[in-house]
Amino acid sequence: METQNEVLLKVDNLVKHFPIYRGVFQRQVGAVHAVDGISFDVYKGETLGLVGESGCGKSTAGRTILQLYKPTSGSVDFQGVDLATLKGEELRHMRKKIQMIFQDPYASLNPRMTVGDIIGEPLMVHNVATPKEIEERVADLLNKVNLNPAFASRYPHEFSGGQRQRIGIARALALQPDFIVCDEPISALDVSIQAQVVNLLEDLQAQFGLTYLFIAHDLSMVRHISTRVAVMYLGIIVELADRKTLYTNPLHPYSQALLSAVPVADPVVEEKRKRVILEGDVPSPVNPPSGCRFRTRCPIAKPGVCDASKPEFREVDPGHFVACHLV
Amino acid sequence: MPELLLDIQGLETQFKTPDGIVHAVNGVSFGIKEGETLAVVGESGCGKSVTMLSVLRLIPSPPGKVTAGKALYQGKDLLTMSDEEIRHIRGAQIAMVFQDPMTSLNPVMTIGKQLMEPLQLHLGMDNNQATNRAIELLEMVGISEAKQHLKDYPHQFSGGMRQRVMIAMALSCNPQILIADEPTTALDVTIQAQIVELVKRLRNELGMTIIWITHDLGIVAGLAQRVLVMYGGYIIEESEVKELFANPSHPYTLGLIGSLPRIDDNDRSRLFSIEGMPPVLYTKPNACPFAPRCKYVMDRCWKENPTLEKIGPEHKVACFVDVKNGRNR
Repeated sequence: METQNEVLLKVDNLVKHFPIYRGVFQRQVGAVHAVDGISFDVYKGETLGLVGESGCGKSTAGRTILQLYKPTSGSVDFQGVDLATLKGEELRHMRKKIQMIFQDPYASLNPRMTVGDIIGEPLMVHNVATPKEIEERVADLLNKVNLNPAFASRYPHEFSGGQRQRIGIARALALQPDFIVCDEPISALDVSIQAQVVNLLEDLQAQFGLTYLFIAHDLSMVRHISTRVAVMYLGIIVELADRKTLYTNPLHPYSQALLSAVPVADPVVEEKRKRVILEGDVPSPVNPPSGCRFRTRCPIAKPGVCDASKPEFREVDPGHFVACHLV
Repeated sequence: MPELLLDIQGLETQFKTPDGIVHAVNGVSFGIKEGETLAVVGESGCGKSVTMLSVLRLIPSPPGKVTAGKALYQGKDLLTMSDEEIRHIRGAQIAMVFQDPMTSLNPVMTIGKQLMEPLQLHLGMDNNQATNRAIELLEMVGISEAKQHLKDYPHQFSGGMRQRVMIAMALSCNPQILIADEPTTALDVTIQAQIVELVKRLRNELGMTIIWITHDLGIVAGLAQRVLVMYGGYIIEESEVKELFANPSHPYTLGLIGSLPRIDDNDRSRLFSIEGMPPVLYTKPNACPFAPRCKYVMDRCWKENPTLEKIGPEHKVACFVDVKNGRNR
């Protein structure tokens, strides 16, 4: 699986805070700490799964990496260039190599554009093909995502959720990118359609040697598609390991609780499984807990240790990173 | 064998749309015994929610209409009784929890008021009694400092807490049957686990009968005793839960189970996918509704629609093909 460990993307201490303004003078009174210092590498050709509950900052992380949000601090090194320092034309140029597939196939396609125009638009704005070439390329892309090339003249409302998501994938592929951020690409789809789209993403990865950052909250699907998995909680990564290690030997108490919460579609297994039920809800990212962010819900938190300092994100085994004082 | 608490016979529901009449539910029959937990499984548009809404007469009419069938509750037909009668049953004896906890609570009423409303309406409690019972209910669903929370508005609650309030509201009049329509779909897995655990505990404490509508086979496996699988407005498989997972007998059920990656599964084999999309039925089909997507399809499947037949003591299936050998059943 991990044939070469060539680093394609290196995220270093990435931070994204959204300021909160209040009062007559719109003074900044605080900030939503959406992403609060995350660091990881993405290897060429792999799928890195990024999981966590809603509001943990996983989508913000994906968007900040692609510079759709300007990072507050930190760097995103892609093929030797720090994306965070790029501006204007240079950044636009880099966007050819990094693309995104969005969560909601109903909101991410312009209803007034035909499918052909939607898929051809990236080619047009980057000025890489003549109108005739674009037409051919669109037909080719539709074929690749298993849609009929004749659909190019139709509008998005004529398609089902699964078909729209295929259109979104074709658009992301149009410029032959190296790296694609998939932001919950299947969570809006029905079960039988999810499998179709995941299989397609895997086929395309094998065909074009793509690298994915796969953001999702469905842990079973992430286990299926990922090479390595990172678990996020309240703006930080609490654990990162290869797929097998993370799912068979999770070390962080949050990863353990998250994994045990997922139901298994087998009544015999379900009868025997033990659940770690977490108390309460995720705290607000405006005012995250001091020390370890998980300590307010952690079943094994120790007073005086966990609230005193932030746990360091350290390598406990080769390739297995955990941020916990008690591991 | 105890008598059926709720007995649905040949239920049909249709919706008038500009494109024609959509046959949402096409002759669905099933029963539920007292104390049983029944799961209804299917993808969006398969008719699982519409079936339950029809039973409680909550289908907006027009455009919707229940065109045939009976829904017997304690021997009385819910579909033909007067509005006054059904109002005494709905909420009091059969209660429902809806999918979206963000939109099913009234945003301009306090949590306390909303909880007290059914108590005063159905049980004729006065203000004091209702307040006390509301506090009791909130504590029962695991909301601490319930008394302070009575004065809160829904926007002050998180998704998981709102769904707890919805469950507390549904339980307020001690209903015999609780119908839960995808109550955890909008929630995160750790919160979902909290809610499922809560429902299991309440089921054991109160001996409630539960109908749980969902598309998540994982929840079904951990919660239900019996399962109905729906497709295109038909029940296509009905079985005891362990039998269903050990021995799925409709090609659609087989495909659904196969298309799920499992969290305890190590091999990274390709997912089984059902090609094509679920149908929208503008006419009542005279072929099997699953035939266009089925890999076991035979000539006969295009000519007649299979009916639900018994294939085991606790197992019924609507399919001509025996999926074990691909031959005629």
